[in-house]
This record gives sequence, C-alpha cells and structure tokens, in this order.
Amino acid sequence: MEIFNNLVFGFTVALSAQNLLYCFIGVFVGTAIGVLPGIGPLVTIAMLLPITFNLPPVPALIMLAGIYYGAQYGGSTTAILVNLPGETASVVTCLDGYQMARQGRAGPALAICAIGSFIAGCVGTLLIATLGPPLAEWALKFGAPEYFSLMCMGLVAAAVLAHGDMVKSLAMVFLGLLIGIIGTDVNSGMARYSFGIAELTDGIGFTVIAVGLFAVAEIVNNLESKEQREVFTKDIKNIMPTAKDLKDSFPAIVRGTAVGAFFGTLPGTGPSIASFSSYMVEKKISKDPSRFGRGAIEGVAGPESANNAAAQTAFIPTLTLGIPGSATMALMLGALTIQGIAPGPQVMSSKPDLFWGLIASMWVGNAMLVILNLPLVGLWVKLLQIPYRWLFPSIIMFCAVGNYSLNNSAMDVYLCGLLGILGYVLSKLECEPAPLILGYVLGPLMEENLRRALLISRGDPTVFFTRPISLSFMIATFLIVIIMIAPAMRKKKEAAYEVHGA
Amino acid sequence: MRSDLANNKDFLAGLLLLAIGAIGFYMALDFPMGTARRMGPGYFPRVLSAVLMLFGLYVLVRGLRTKERVKGIWGWRPLAFITASLIVYGWLMDRAGFVPALVAMFYISALAGHEFKVKEVTILTVVMCIFAWAVFVYGLGLPYQLFWW
Repeated sequence: MEIFNNLVFGFTVALSAQNLLYCFIGVFVGTAIGVLPGIGPLVTIAMLLPITFNLPPVPALIMLAGIYYGAQYGGSTTAILVNLPGETASVVTCLDGYQMARQGRAGPALAICAIGSFIAGCVGTLLIATLGPPLAEWALKFGAPEYFSLMCMGLVAAAVLAHGDMVKSLAMVFLGLLIGIIGTDVNSGMARYSFGIAELTDGIGFTVIAVGLFAVAEIVNNLESKEQREVFTKDIKNIMPTAKDLKDSFPAIVRGTAVGAFFGTLPGTGPSIASFSSYMVEKKISKDPSRFGRGAIEGVAGPESANNAAAQTAFIPTLTLGIPGSATMALMLGALTIQGIAPGPQVMSSKPDLFWGLIASMWVGNAMLVILNLPLVGLWVKLLQIPYRWLFPSIIMFCAVGNYSLNNSAMDVYLCGLLGILGYVLSKLECEPAPLILGYVLGPLMEENLRRALLISRGDPTVFFTRPISLSFMIATFLIVIIMIAPAMRKKKEAAYEVHGA
Repeated sequence: MRSDLANNKDFLAGLLLLAIGAIGFYMALDFPMGTARRMGPGYFPRVLSAVLMLFGLYVLVRGLRTKERVKGIWGWRPLAFITASLIVYGWLMDRAGFVPALVAMFYISALAGHEFKVKEVTILTVVMCIFAWAVFVYGLGLPYQLFWW
C-alpha cells in the first residue's frame, strides 16, 4: 500500500492552488503549440527553460511536463481536422482521423482521441508509480561502467529506431556528442573547441541548440512553399461517439496503451515510434485491413493511446535513472539541473514532493486536457486560422528573447542564428536533428563515465563486458543494431514510416 | 556532372560530416591525449571526430552510388532573413534597447515570408511589442531597457 500512500501524497502536492495553476498553464500552452504547425514541445520547453529559473522546482516541472503531454493532444486535433500533424507522433492519426472528418465524423474521432489518451495517461501514471521506486533502487547500484553502457544503448536505440536513415542518425549522435564537448573540460580545466570566444568556454546552452536546430529550420522549411489548408469546422457538432464506436475502439485503446507503455519505458524510443507501431498492430489484427486509411476508428484510437502512454512512461527512465529517453526528456532534466537538483535515482528519495507531485499532476493534467479539448475544439480551430505570416515572426520573437535572456548576452542569439543555418542544411540533407540533441546532452555525462570507468579498471576496456548489468546493456545495444540491420526488419521499419507516404 | 553532385543529397551530407569531423580532429590535436587509463582532454574528441569522418566517408560514397537528389528547393532567401533578424536582434539589444531590437527583428523576419504588407507588419509589430513588454518585462521582470535613453 506504499504506492497508494505515495500517490495520495502526490495529489496533495499537485492539487495545491499554485501547482494547479501551473499545470493548467502547461497543458493550455501545450495544446496550443501542438495545434500550431512549426513549433513543437521541444522548442517551447527549450525557450521557456530560462524562464523557469524564477519558479520553484515543483511548479516549474509540472508546467513543462504539461506542455509536453498537452502537445500530443493538440497535435492530434490538427491531424484530424486539417490533415496536418501538429507533432510527428500524430502523423498516423492523419490517416484515418482526417478520413473520418471528411465523412462528417470529426466529432467522434476527436472524442475517441481524448478518451483513448485519457485512459492511456491514467495507465501511464500508474506505471510510473509502480515501476519507478524499484527501478530507482536498482539504479543506485550502477557504477560508471553501467551508466556508460546504458547511455550507449539509449543513444543507439534513439538513432536506429528514429525516423529516417539509420547511418545518418548515428552520425548525428556523434555530431551531437562532439558539440557537447565544446566548453571547459571538467577534469583538466582546458577549454576545448572554444574558437577563442570567451562565451564558448561555458559550452553552448540547450536552448541555443534546440531553438537553432529545430525552430529556425522548421520555419524556413515552412516558408519554402506556399501554405494551403482545408479546415473542417462545420461538422463538429455531435461530438459523442456511438456505442459501436466505443465498442470498436476499446480493444484498440488497450493494445495501444500497452504498445505505447513499452516504447515509452525503453530509453531512446518515444511517442512517434509508439504510434507508428500501434497503427501497424491494429492493421495486422483487424479482420478487414482494407478499412484502414478510409476512416477506421481503431486507426485513430490505437495510435493516439499509444503516443500518450509513451509520452507519459518516457518519464520512467528520465526520473529514475537520470537518463533521458528523448531530446524533450533531456530538456526536462535540464530544467532539474537549472533548479540545482542533480538528476538520478536519488531524486525520488531526496525530493519526494517533486517526484510524486509531478506524477499526480500528470493525471490531473490529463483530466484537464479532456475538458480543454472537447468543448474548446472550436477555439483551437480558430488558432489554426491565424495566417502563418503572422505566426512565424512571433515564434522568432520568442526564440530571440528566450536566447538573449539565458545570459543576457547577444552571443547566444548570434550562435542560435548560425546553428539555424546548420539545422536547415541538415534537414534538407535529411539528417535528423533529434538524435543530435540527445548526443549533445549525454556527451559530457558519457565522457565523464567513460573516464571514470577506465580509471577504476586501470585502463582495461573489458570492464564494460565483465560486470553483469553493464554486459546486458551492451548485449542489448548490439542486438538492437543487428535486428535493425537485418533486411526483414529494415523493410518493416520503412513500411511503418511509409504509412504516411512521407 | 558537377551540378549533379551539388544536388546529391548523400554526397553533400557526407561531405559536411567529413568536414566537421576533420576540423574536430585537427583542433583536438592540440589537446593532450593521455592514456586509456588516465584519459586526457584530447582522447574522447579524437575518437568522436574519427568516427564522424568514417560515417561521412560512408555516406559520401553511398551518395555517389545512389545519386538521390535533395527534395524540394533550397530556401536560401527565407533562411537569410530569419538568421539576419536574429543577429540584428542580438546586436540591437546590446546597443539600442528592447523595443528597437524587436521592431527591427519583426520587419526583417517578415521579409522572409511570401507577402510583405507594410500595414500588416506594422500592426503585428506594435501588438507583439506590447505583448512582449507585458510578458517579459512587466510579468517576468527581465531587466531590459526599453530604449537607449
């Protein structure tokens, strides 16, 4: 019953007036940016990171988490109504969701999304509460070699399973690790790759990298071609799904939640791969796969539950091991660090109000999202009608102000502009920036643990293979690579991503 | 033949990776290498740069074989204006204050769009300047001078 007591404690934290307010702000902003194309949770969290410095840790984390899972909800709304995925995780929702909208069933599609996401969110919250404490206890036994192997596994999984070319994604991880080196070396005090610029001896901030690589590149990509959208707004009068809809989608929701929870918990994978996999599962299991792509409600219910479950369970490795599973989670860890809290397994025992309060707030936030999304759908659609030519200068404004406020120095803004050029070129050459960010975040940690591990072992590199936990992470890393290189799996992954025709 | 390479997706990506790896490796030569047991600050960067160059070489050679082209067109014009707007913002923040920096940023970044209507951009700039003042200066208390006086 310890879990129960802990959850009750969490709710007393999450339900305080201040935390409720920040939770609301978080999910509201999250839904808004999920709806808006060209700005995602990663960039938003990166921009708001310097600002959270002024808040106490608990509301800061609650708000940032709200933005993260709120964006998954918002992303599905645009996927259904405009055939435009607000987030990569809702790409598959377009397939059947948009078809449902064209058949005048936008209301039920939105409702099923909300219901599925809510159920998945609840299960996810319970999973964190049950799996978190034992995992954290286990992780306390980790030494430097285990951490190094675990990070290898996370990075390889992130690169190999990510959207796009595997070799290029792995190369992006290495590029990220290299960028992470910029700054002063902790051990020797030597400035590395600082190009003689004083500001660079402190390294490049998260915000600068994330905003430069994602926001600037995304905006320029959007500006290459003219915008054209078709919004279905007239048909969303009857929101309630029929009894048949509910009956059809319930098993899909359960399966989606399971798939999502699995991928969320694995370090390196997240909502996108979860929703793609869930769509494949539904299509395979269905008695009549030809209905998919023509408005099958299971094709909306499954992936939507999966991405929400994954978004939630992604907090498990992040909070218990201190190893972020995705670039966005890396930013959440950055927020912890800004607050002076060292991420890792000890957070749960040293900051119980933070851990349990955050978990309980996710449940509260999910409830808020159901309320926000169903009756307020009209408002979100209005947001979509804002022309992009008003939107993008405003996004740039947030980028500029956010970057300047980091150190109140123009250097961060200049760097962000330059990284924007790199980000755009990389995106044109189809090199994914997400693995780069993850590498950048884990780089310093990896080097530190590698050095420490080899110091303990007196320079013997077999240390990673003689300790059982470390060995199992290494085996898992090799297995992931071998499985994905195998031609059969490679085709499957391509097929999974091809459902969108991207 | 040359124009083919200039639009070859993987060839360009490989070239970029190779170049970054080479620069990284060259600069890391200045950092002490140390031994595996006591790694110097040069160890990790050299390994990373070398691996990056290998990846670059692989992608480059693959590009020569597959000859896949870059999708769509290069948006150099919007990229130039967006980057310029950020740099001008930073430059003016240090010299002229928050409001002039924002105004310049809005006008320059709006030039990156498909249509530039002076009236519309002016209204947007005024509204967003007031918003920025309310949120960042009044609300969050960021210590910015609004103007240079």
